[in-house]
Amino acid sequence: MSLDWFRVAAPQAFFPVAGKLIPWFSALAAAFAATGLYVGFFVAPTDHQQGESYRIIFIHVPAAWMSMFLYLVMAGWAGFGLALNTRLSGMMASALAPTGAMFTFIALWTGALWGKPTWGTWWVWDARLTSELILLFLYLGFIALKGAIPDSQRADRAGAILALVGVVNIPIIYFSVQWWSTLHQGASVSLTRAPSMAATMLAAMILMALAAWMYSIAVSFARLRAIILERERDAAWAQMQRSAA
Amino acid sequence: MNWGSLENFLAMGGYALYVWGSYCMVVLCIFLEVFFLNRSMKKTKA
Repeated sequence: MSLDWFRVAAPQAFFPVAGKLIPWFSALAAAFAATGLYVGFFVAPTDHQQGESYRIIFIHVPAAWMSMFLYLVMAGWAGFGLALNTRLSGMMASALAPTGAMFTFIALWTGALWGKPTWGTWWVWDARLTSELILLFLYLGFIALKGAIPDSQRADRAGAILALVGVVNIPIIYFSVQWWSTLHQGASVSLTRAPSMAATMLAAMILMALAAWMYSIAVSFARLRAIILERERDAAWAQMQRSAA
Repeated sequence: MNWGSLENFLAMGGYALYVWGSYCMVVLCIFLEVFFLNRSMKKTKA
């Protein structure tokens, strides 16, 4: 079993596996999103305090979750590659970064559009918002740093160090609403308490989070395939792939 | 949740700008990401 894992972990072996999985994850993402949007817009009731503006939650919270989660996975792969010198790990980290940055941007954007009607301001330098903005800069810095180093192995190592240092920001984002007095509200959903929201609202949010998860897997696998082909362009198998398509 | 009419649904209780502004940005981001992914894949294969 362990031997099989190592075989799949080779770029040329993972390439077709990822290709076969992408349509499945895309379909799951679409199905979860369709169900989540239906529940979010046609089943979940109006919020008695915020009216309809709260419906932004169905993308805001899943995007914010994904922005943090993808960073942890990215840093995990980067660190794994740094420690064990596995070729695919650095490519995995590179494949996740743009999607992580996108979800961070969406969390900030939807947060601004939600903040205006509920707090009266698009932006405030509060601990939660500021640390999420730093997360966006970490993603962009990671992408820029790797892009600036032509040698891919050196780029992987430099990127890994940046990604690992940046991990310290994740607990800061997560606990910012407890550690500091913030305009941003505390967590509505946590592992240790019952959620403080209606069951249908929660269901829509979870469905949208699953959709975001499946989407992230699909697009990062697609990006991984492009990165693999690019990096292995001189290998015989990659040239066969290119001429086959 | 029964919206009654399409107008009511689109109006989002007066929060149309904020709600649809959020959802439209997500659609745009996904569109751009998939577009650039396809382009980079084509470029690598070319």
